[in-house]
Amino acid sequence: MAAVQDAPVEADNEKEIKTETLNDAAGNHASAAGGVIPSPPVASTSSSGPAKAGGPGSEEQQTLMAVLQFLKKNNFVGAVDVLRREAGILEDSDESQGQELAASALGGAEAGDATCTLSRASSCTTSTPAVAAAPAKGGEDQPDVNVVLSAYSQQGDPALYQGYYSGLKKFVESVLDCHRAELSQLFYPLFVHMYLELVYNNHETEAKAFFEKFSGDQECYYQDDLRVLSGLTKKEHMKGNETLLDFRTSKFVLRISRDSYQLLKRHLQERQNNQIWNIIQEHLYIDIFDGMPRSKSQIDSMSGSLAGEAKREANKAKVFYGLLKEPEIDVPLDDEDEEGENEEGKPKKKKPKKDSMGSKSKKQDPNAPQQNRIPLPELKDSDKLDKIMYMKEATKRIRLGPESLPSICFYTFLNAYQGLTAVDFTDDSSLIAGGFADSTVRVWSVTPKKLRSVKSAADLNLIDKESDDVLERIMDEKSASESKILYGHSGPVYGVSFSPDRNYLLSCSEDGTVRLWSLQTFTCLVGYKGHNYPVWDTQFSPYGYYFISGGHDRVARLWATDHYQPLRMFAGHLADITCTQFHPNSNYVATGSADRTVRLWDILNGNCVRIFTGHKGPIHSLAFSPNGKYLASGATDGRVLLWDIGHGLMIGELKGHTDTVYSLKFSRDGEILASGSMDNTVRLWDSIKAFDDIETDDFTAATGHIHLPENSQELLLGTYMTKSTPVIHLHFTRRNLLLAAGAYNP
Amino acid sequence: MADREERRFAEVPRESIRLMAESAGVELSDDVAALLTEDVCYRLREATQNSSQFMRHAKRRKLTVEDFNRALRWSNVEAVCGYGAQDTLPFRPIKEGDLFFVEDREVNLVELALATNIPKGCAETMVRVQVSYLDGKGNLEPQGTVPSAVQTLSDDLLKYYQQITRSILGEDPHLMKVALLDLQSNSKIAALLPYFVYVISGVKSVSHDLEQLNRLLHMVKSLVQNPYLYLGSYVRSLVSSVMYCILEPLAASINPLNDHWTLRDYAALLLSHIFWTHGDLVSGLYHQILLSLQKVLSDPVRPLCSHYGAVVGLHALGWKAVERVLYPHLPAYWANLQAVLDDYSVSNAQVKADGHKVYGAILVAVERLLKMKALSLSVNAEGGIGGLPRPGGIMGCRESSPGLSPPPEPLSEPGLGIASHLHAGGAGCPWEDWTPVPLPAMYCELYSFFGDSLAVRFSTGPSLGNSPPAPLAQPPTTRKELPGGTANLDTARKMPQLTANLNISPRQDGSPHGELTAPSMVSGRSLARSSSSSSVQRSRSSSSRPGQRPSGLSRDVFPKARFNPLPAGPPIFSFVIGGRQMGRRCQGRRFQTTFTPSQPLSAVSSRTYAHKLPVIGRVGKPVRRWTCSQYSLHLPL
Repeated sequence: MAAVQDAPVEADNEKEIKTETLNDAAGNHASAAGGVIPSPPVASTSSSGPAKAGGPGSEEQQTLMAVLQFLKKNNFVGAVDVLRREAGILEDSDESQGQELAASALGGAEAGDATCTLSRASSCTTSTPAVAAAPAKGGEDQPDVNVVLSAYSQQGDPALYQGYYSGLKKFVESVLDCHRAELSQLFYPLFVHMYLELVYNNHETEAKAFFEKFSGDQECYYQDDLRVLSGLTKKEHMKGNETLLDFRTSKFVLRISRDSYQLLKRHLQERQNNQIWNIIQEHLYIDIFDGMPRSKSQIDSMSGSLAGEAKREANKAKVFYGLLKEPEIDVPLDDEDEEGENEEGKPKKKKPKKDSMGSKSKKQDPNAPQQNRIPLPELKDSDKLDKIMYMKEATKRIRLGPESLPSICFYTFLNAYQGLTAVDFTDDSSLIAGGFADSTVRVWSVTPKKLRSVKSAADLNLIDKESDDVLERIMDEKSASESKILYGHSGPVYGVSFSPDRNYLLSCSEDGTVRLWSLQTFTCLVGYKGHNYPVWDTQFSPYGYYFISGGHDRVARLWATDHYQPLRMFAGHLADITCTQFHPNSNYVATGSADRTVRLWDILNGNCVRIFTGHKGPIHSLAFSPNGKYLASGATDGRVLLWDIGHGLMIGELKGHTDTVYSLKFSRDGEILASGSMDNTVRLWDSIKAFDDIETDDFTAATGHIHLPENSQELLLGTYMTKSTPVIHLHFTRRNLLLAAGAYNP
Repeated sequence: MADREERRFAEVPRESIRLMAESAGVELSDDVAALLTEDVCYRLREATQNSSQFMRHAKRRKLTVEDFNRALRWSNVEAVCGYGAQDTLPFRPIKEGDLFFVEDREVNLVELALATNIPKGCAETMVRVQVSYLDGKGNLEPQGTVPSAVQTLSDDLLKYYQQITRSILGEDPHLMKVALLDLQSNSKIAALLPYFVYVISGVKSVSHDLEQLNRLLHMVKSLVQNPYLYLGSYVRSLVSSVMYCILEPLAASINPLNDHWTLRDYAALLLSHIFWTHGDLVSGLYHQILLSLQKVLSDPVRPLCSHYGAVVGLHALGWKAVERVLYPHLPAYWANLQAVLDDYSVSNAQVKADGHKVYGAILVAVERLLKMKALSLSVNAEGGIGGLPRPGGIMGCRESSPGLSPPPEPLSEPGLGIASHLHAGGAGCPWEDWTPVPLPAMYCELYSFFGDSLAVRFSTGPSLGNSPPAPLAQPPTTRKELPGGTANLDTARKMPQLTANLNISPRQDGSPHGELTAPSMVSGRSLARSSSSSSVQRSRSSSSRPGQRPSGLSRDVFPKARFNPLPAGPPIFSFVIGGRQMGRRCQGRRFQTTFTPSQPLSAVSSRTYAHKLPVIGRVGKPVRRWTCSQYSLHLPL
């Protein structure tokens, strides 16, 4: 028995360490381990009413025990002492409690009889004495944290599961229409947890039958998860399956109106249906609101993520989405002949500035963060020059709108046999970089100006450093070429990003590193190691210096170019982080994930300030509107969703693409949203209209229940087919010409 | 368990597991095998599911073996090697038993390495832009595929290849022309490039057949000119074929009746053309070519026709190449040539004739050298000759690829870094310690070789030599010959090339045209001449001889004449190309050609006119760039 038990324990222990390393931002093991443990059922809602009696106290105790045991096992003696002192737990009570815990969990795992329902779930919902009933069984088995945390244990007769489920189904079908949609939300999480419980307790045939009978009832957008589930038929499989880990460690969040919830509660109490009730208590988080029940379409638009909807309070934090004040830069006159006409210059000088900067330069945006909330690098002279160039270009910008759509230039990568995986343009559209599956990064010049590298050190000694054109002289004329290849990664390059000053290029790769390249010497400057798994995306801050990366380890990291260790780690996603994007004011980052949520993180304190749910597939593209107020996200389901950051609401759904949306971009003034997809099209959407149409009255803002207008077709301004080339990047030039890029592969 | 009603996924049968275990030397009992089977199936499913995310992030629709291997690697399982091929692997059953296997043929590496068939084209990765959708509402019909992408050879392409090669190498000259034209403009033949390059490399096997060689060279030209083709590393192969035609003592040249000179001239032209249009690709070759040319030139055993090739080759590479390779070598070479030319015996007649060819080629080369050097000096000294848009003539030359005279290099920094290559020549280069010879000294030395035949090439009137007012006296005539002002600027610019072209092909010596007298012709000639002469007079006005000038008409320094402001009246226009080879040996042979445009010039735009010029192969690079802007990298913003 012990031997059998040990092996998986070891395995799980490793897993534990993995999760811990993900959370070690604080460097404190105790707190790290604490982060893994699900928070106690929220006492604020009435849902936990019946459970309150003995629940939270004993559960907290147990959690503490689990942490202690973990620490002991890993010989963190100091931490154990500290924790024990702070928690006021005595040595012996620790021992006995631990044994007791182990026993309870083990008992649950090995025996099928109903008397041993000693899991944590039952202990907090039924009665505490039951826990004390079983200490004898513990034996010499080393108690371990994973046993405590494994929530699935035998709760009832496996043969009855189908009955429970169909009973609930019948009940939901019988209720009033207005409640039916809300209560239907229960089906999917219940189904999954019941199935997993069956599997966990080795009732393979029952599990299979259960799955076959009810999997057809689930919403179609859960297909992917169901496929994973269906492959999983043994308890052993659950170890190491990340999807399951998510289900077990996080609570599925549902939003239900108070009326519907009361209905459900009454039903379950009448039926004495403890089985379902336990699951709801243990694995579901029901966010109850007062007011009208939501309609089916309202629910559908918000659901679909791996862990249900976002809790309402998760989106309550204030977000400073306004733009930072632009530094004052004297803009020289636009062109020489104007200067010739008007000698006084002064009044003229102001004018172009006003035009290009708009009102935002004059007064501080009330929604903007403090200028120095995040320390930003000082502007160099070259940056100022570039800003001036930018403003000049901006005055020549075309105003886009439904009547004046941008022209599109498509950059086709030819002969990209090795596989193009990522593309980026510089802001001034002078360079284009491509990341390839053969581990190379290639940079092309899009202007007739060729790419030149700086001369070697020996040659640099020879040049006259006092000369005016020294910047020209340091360049090696012989190295001029249309493109440069950067070698260094040892796996496919999944993301590239230019620094705003065009001196650096970032690339991230499957090899787990992010690399910083110099575009002066075309060499690698730094390899940032930290992600131990593939890094899917990286992005420079709009002000340079900072950058964000996210990958398979589910953690987004914020780096500064001159630190080899991350400054912040943003943990919370339940699956891979697939895309990252900086907010225009550089105070926030958005991450999209394979758990089908978008999260917005505050760079200052590392908090997650927004969770957006509603996508039905992994998110592969994000774009902030230029004014910082809105966010657009595109996913494998082909839909583009629009979000209001300030209110934390979904405000639009753009349907049209038939395949993954790999790229999104707002035009420079935000009037047009362009989306590029795997389905070989670029689509243009009227974002002004999309943002205008939303109703943001107080009620909507308070409850977060929006009515999405079905107006995708009205918002769609144009569909542009490429020549059989998937669109993987979009970019608006400073004059609002749309550039698209993709690789043609026959 | 094995008999599931519904199979949700592929499963590995228990027997297979047991077989595999046996092959690894493990005996499995039934229940172990069953458990193992279950687990294997699950792990396979899991790995497959994990691999799909690598596919998604690689932005592909097709799951590859590579994706699967990555998923395995990240779950600490050894990757499966040997199945990474792009092509699909055939999965075959064996008739006898219920056995299926992936066909895995053995590959003979030796055979593969020494294979004569050319591998599939694998061109450089590149980015091309295509401007589309100007203010449209979208295009909902499928757009087809990218045309110039390299695809595997379709049947159509194969047919095209056969037709093209057949017609180029075939009998019908008309068909050949059509084929060459198509080769020049077809945008879909990138995949065939390696094949064509291979065909062209066949020059080495047809050295007896001038006609074929000529055609192959034309093929090179067409390929080079095709704006949709990216030659990449194939350009080296093309250059080596061209070099062969320039330098080799071809089998055909044994027979004096064969005009292999033209072939060499044409090949040299092509070489310069390649360098000027694809400079970025061949810049590394420049040095190498110079070396091989020098080697040929300094080898007295080589036949004179090879020497000739070396000289025209150097000439084609620009005046700096001439200055640094041919000029230093000239004293040594001159002795040999002199010996040949001074031998009046009958048996030597043929060789002597060849010698004259070489002589002529050298003469043309050094002429260009002197002129360009003088021009560069004067530009440096005077800061661009009195506000003349400096490279006026130069630009003209470059725009339309000249006859045999290569476009003069920009006087300051050559755009293609050719001069820098010369500076940076590797160790042991003969021109490592080369110091520039001052122009007068150079002229004196060359004059000692060529005598008056050199001087006459810089025929400058005494009026010009020391009297500045001459240009002022000029305008009335020049105005007449410069019709259409800017519109005809192009035509005017083309002129010097015509002159140069004829100058360099001495075999046209016998052009059956007498001294020209018609006023229009004279004026045309003055224009032609004036443009090829330059401000070098300053340096050696003493050497110019009025008597040798064909007419007493005063000649202008060309810049002034060409950029004269106002034209008046419809022009009568004709071109004169003329010259006189005067020297110690070539006693005043004159050669001249005239031709008139088929229509009055005013009716024809200068550009269409330019196309009619017989010796101008093509409109130059700038024009080309715009026509192909659809696929050029640069945005025509």
